[in-house]
Amino acid sequence: MDLVKEAEQLEREGLERIAAATSRDELEAARTALLGRKSGRLTALLAELPKLSPEEKRAAGAALNRTKLLLEGRLGEREAELAAAARGQAAPLDVTMPSRPRWRGAKHPVTIIIEEVEQIFREIGFTVALGPEAETEWYNFTALNFPPDHPAMDMHDTLYLGDDMLLRTHTSPVQIRTLQTYGAPVRIIVPGNVYRRDFFDASHAPMFAQIEGLAVDEGVSFVDLKATLTHFAQRLFGETKTRFRPSYFPFTEPSAEMDVQCTICRGAGCATCKGSGWMEILGAGMVHPEVLSASGVDPERYTGWAFGMGPARMALARYGIPDIRTLYDSDVRFLQQFAR
Amino acid sequence: MNVSHEWLRDFVPTGLSPREIRDLLTSRCATVEEMRPVRQDLRDIVIGRVVEAARHPESDHLWITKVDAGQGELLDVVCGAPNVTAGTSYPFAPVGATLPGGLKIEKRKIRGVVSNGMLCSARELLLSQQPTANSQQLLDEGILALETDASPGASFLETVGAGDTLLVVDVMPNRPDLLSHRGIAREVAAATGDPLQEFAGEPWQDVTGVTAPTTAQSATGKTGDVSVTIEDREGCERYAAVIIRGVKVAPSPEWLSRRLVAIGARPINNVVDATNYMLHGYGQPMHAFDLGKFGNRVIVRRAKAGEKLVTLDGVERTLRDSMTVIAGAERAEAIAGVIGGKGSEVTDATTDVLLEVAIFDPRRVRAARRALGISTDASYRFERHVDPESVPVLAAQAAALIASLTGGRVDGAGVDVHPAPRKRERVSVRPARAAALIGDPIPAEAMAGHLASVGFELLDNTDGVICTTVPSWRSDVTAEVDLIEEIARLHGYDRVSTDLRPFRLGESPDAPLWLVERKVREALVAEGLLEARPMPFVAEGKGTDIRVRNPLAENEAYLRNSILETLARRAEHNLGHMQGDVRLFEIGTVFARGEGERPDEKRHVAALIMGDRRPRHFTDSKPPQCDLWDAKWIAEVVALAAFGIDDLKFSMNEGSAGLTVSAGGRDIGLVTEVPLDAPAWAAPAFGIELDITNAAVPGVHRTVTRQLPVTPAVQVDLALVVPEELPAARIADTIRAHAGELLEKLELFDEFRGQGVAAGHRSLAWRLTFRHPDRTLRDKEIDARRAKLLKALEGELGVRQRTS
Repeated sequence: MDLVKEAEQLEREGLERIAAATSRDELEAARTALLGRKSGRLTALLAELPKLSPEEKRAAGAALNRTKLLLEGRLGEREAELAAAARGQAAPLDVTMPSRPRWRGAKHPVTIIIEEVEQIFREIGFTVALGPEAETEWYNFTALNFPPDHPAMDMHDTLYLGDDMLLRTHTSPVQIRTLQTYGAPVRIIVPGNVYRRDFFDASHAPMFAQIEGLAVDEGVSFVDLKATLTHFAQRLFGETKTRFRPSYFPFTEPSAEMDVQCTICRGAGCATCKGSGWMEILGAGMVHPEVLSASGVDPERYTGWAFGMGPARMALARYGIPDIRTLYDSDVRFLQQFAR
Repeated sequence: MNVSHEWLRDFVPTGLSPREIRDLLTSRCATVEEMRPVRQDLRDIVIGRVVEAARHPESDHLWITKVDAGQGELLDVVCGAPNVTAGTSYPFAPVGATLPGGLKIEKRKIRGVVSNGMLCSARELLLSQQPTANSQQLLDEGILALETDASPGASFLETVGAGDTLLVVDVMPNRPDLLSHRGIAREVAAATGDPLQEFAGEPWQDVTGVTAPTTAQSATGKTGDVSVTIEDREGCERYAAVIIRGVKVAPSPEWLSRRLVAIGARPINNVVDATNYMLHGYGQPMHAFDLGKFGNRVIVRRAKAGEKLVTLDGVERTLRDSMTVIAGAERAEAIAGVIGGKGSEVTDATTDVLLEVAIFDPRRVRAARRALGISTDASYRFERHVDPESVPVLAAQAAALIASLTGGRVDGAGVDVHPAPRKRERVSVRPARAAALIGDPIPAEAMAGHLASVGFELLDNTDGVICTTVPSWRSDVTAEVDLIEEIARLHGYDRVSTDLRPFRLGESPDAPLWLVERKVREALVAEGLLEARPMPFVAEGKGTDIRVRNPLAENEAYLRNSILETLARRAEHNLGHMQGDVRLFEIGTVFARGEGERPDEKRHVAALIMGDRRPRHFTDSKPPQCDLWDAKWIAEVVALAAFGIDDLKFSMNEGSAGLTVSAGGRDIGLVTEVPLDAPAWAAPAFGIELDITNAAVPGVHRTVTRQLPVTPAVQVDLALVVPEELPAARIADTIRAHAGELLEKLELFDEFRGQGVAAGHRSLAWRLTFRHPDRTLRDKEIDARRAKLLKALEGELGVRQRTS
């Protein structure tokens, strides 16, 4: 058998057959018939090779190889031609149709604020401390230097669970607990839910989140308080002016409140800020010596500062939410807006 | 505390504008929350500029003017004032405005000419006083010409200003000395250096011969034939009484009612107004009794339990023996420091007045106020502290004021019963300590100067310590740190530097539970769930016995012991708004009875899902609904995030529709269908709740990765006929036990009941993936394993391969 001639014939017939294929299936059938590993014609010819003399073998081998490459190449080309033709026949793709969606999850807006605050303080060495929501009178009031039966208590209308058990009215008891456990130096923030005996209306809730901060060490001063909280405000609100005003909390002295420039009117004065141009952000102060003593920390050696803020109020301002109850309703249409 | 700017200037002759005073007070002592003109009835008045003025053809005294009121076009306005001049600005009431007194301005024809508004005179605006800025008053001489640069249309109140400004000061409970105009003025004077006037220079006729009441350092005293006895010395520290006879009760003069109206108080009559004036002006609550109805014995005593008193508001009150009362010989006439009694009220018929100027115990007043549920200007101040040293001076001042206003006469000096005067507190401060706590170097002399400026008396300086005597009105200052706060605020918080200084790390590590909660939250958000933070209160009978003792509402009197219960109610809320695809989760606290009074608090994660498993798409217009298997997956997601485990055990929960979830042999929660009060169209809801309280295991993560395989895998499918009662997990365990170490993966990929499967059975199809780490597996090896597996399954579980 003259394999070179056979190869030429296979090449001719093969190209014809490939050209005649008008579908993928026909093309696949042609591929199998021509090049198939079990019963393809080329495979059969290759099987004849060993019978030839070395010289014939070289010539035939080269011819068969050429045929193989040629057919393979042509098969590929024809496949692309058929695919292109198929595309041309299908309806055009409308790329404006919507993508295939999935449910989007979201953190609660109050959580978003808490995590941003946490992140800023974490960068400057604060860790997170937690404490129980049911507290004793001592941790919630006495150790925090609340004078018994004093108008200062009016700011903390309390829900009681027992004679000496209440729902904490602020996260400040965790200051005491952390100092008792670890002593100074301490640098913590305390996120958590707190409770007040307030009617649930557009601007009050009987349970809400708070974030507390505490830094106690030797040589800590009001400068540290002001510097850290100013840095915090700049990070959370961007370039903004801050203002510190005298205030009163039983557990800090000197006490202060920090305002940032009103985010609505940028300081010009509007209805939201009652014309003052400022928005109250947090309360703060130097930890009262009585509080350090109650926590077993020597107030002559150590000093500290603390702050507390309400992420819910900040969420209302930032996201333009007029009614605080919206934060509790858990309406999926509201929560979905916080998907990122 | 409502402060009138004019009244404040009676005490300190400052040139500061209301705005400047607002900023000064806010930065140094107490925040001014609000500032507004007292004359809110002028808010509709704008600046109107007369551009032309021509005689009215039908009248010899009317003018037809063209007024620019900033509306973009000139308005025709008819005016009868002789002084109207083109080029001048006047207060203008446009159509729709309401004048003080209630007259509403409408468009109307005046002798055939339409007038669109009104140019106003000072009288029409009820401006009895000179407006403060750049204006000139022409009472009775026509309309009020204004010398102002304000553009036409600008608010009259805001640009010209008229009369008084109200400042609403948020006074903190530690600063009762700021609850009067004189107290606020003291701070203004300290800041500006202006002198503080001890008295306001009220424009009343000086009454000659009035002196401070005679102080009796005992529990009893007498003025004329009236005796005063303090029986309850705990409840009353000091009691001064002055008698004014021959009074004529009448409305107050204009200056006095104006002061009271400015701060929102209602004028009543000259006697009551005088006491109110003293309270708001000087901070000393006072009470005027009708002496004729009271009798001539004044006894300050404990109330008798069950004693009755009709108070000024007409309500009959039942008293407790913890209250202090002012009584006559027979009955209580007033509740000390809180409210007077109807029986001895000053009326138009009153001729003789007994004026009470006293100091009552803060706690007693507070307890009475709370028990009775009435808070008054007096109780508010007594609760916080009233300066006991001012009593005699202010008693004389008030008596003279009443005599002057009523035409009465002060009868005798009065008596000031003061059994045990207290000494003023002495407190000292180390300047070095103050500087260290503030953080900036402030010279000791400056510190002393700040303290002196607000009334602290400086004593001899020893060892560089600043020693002071605390003024009698500053009961809040008892310790060094109180003086440091005074120094800091008077130095100015704004002047303290803001450079971030080096710090040490704290000793307290991150709370492990917080880190766990963050991981769980991230995982659930990634699963497409929405975080909720709902109220944790529930009604009785919802599974918890932790009750709030003083709840605001009975339907929220208990603390929950299940978050899923809370989420179920939130899901119903969503269904109420036609939202059927609900995917909520919460990480929160639940409560159960613990040891003693302290409840057992746990941190739980719960999720509730219902409705479409994925959002609709045009290729997928009816997505399947969420079912129990979706919920089970969420439980596994939480467990992996919280505990780092992926081999949770699930078992049927006896007596409920749910599954119990356990990990490491401990029950940690449940997966369940959630019953809802739901409309017919709603899909079933499924939920999970896991306890993550103990998930917090701190430590270094030690997962080691497997090398990726280089040899091919072989897959074997086994379809098994399984009795219904045999759990799939048992079969999986048996397969794993007998498949050998080459089993890489085991998947359950089909469940089938019906044709070809005997009743009471189901077909479960498993795909086993085998792989040898070093070489390709031979067919013979696989066949042998399959045979061995089938034998073991039949032998141990009686399970056979499905033949179809």
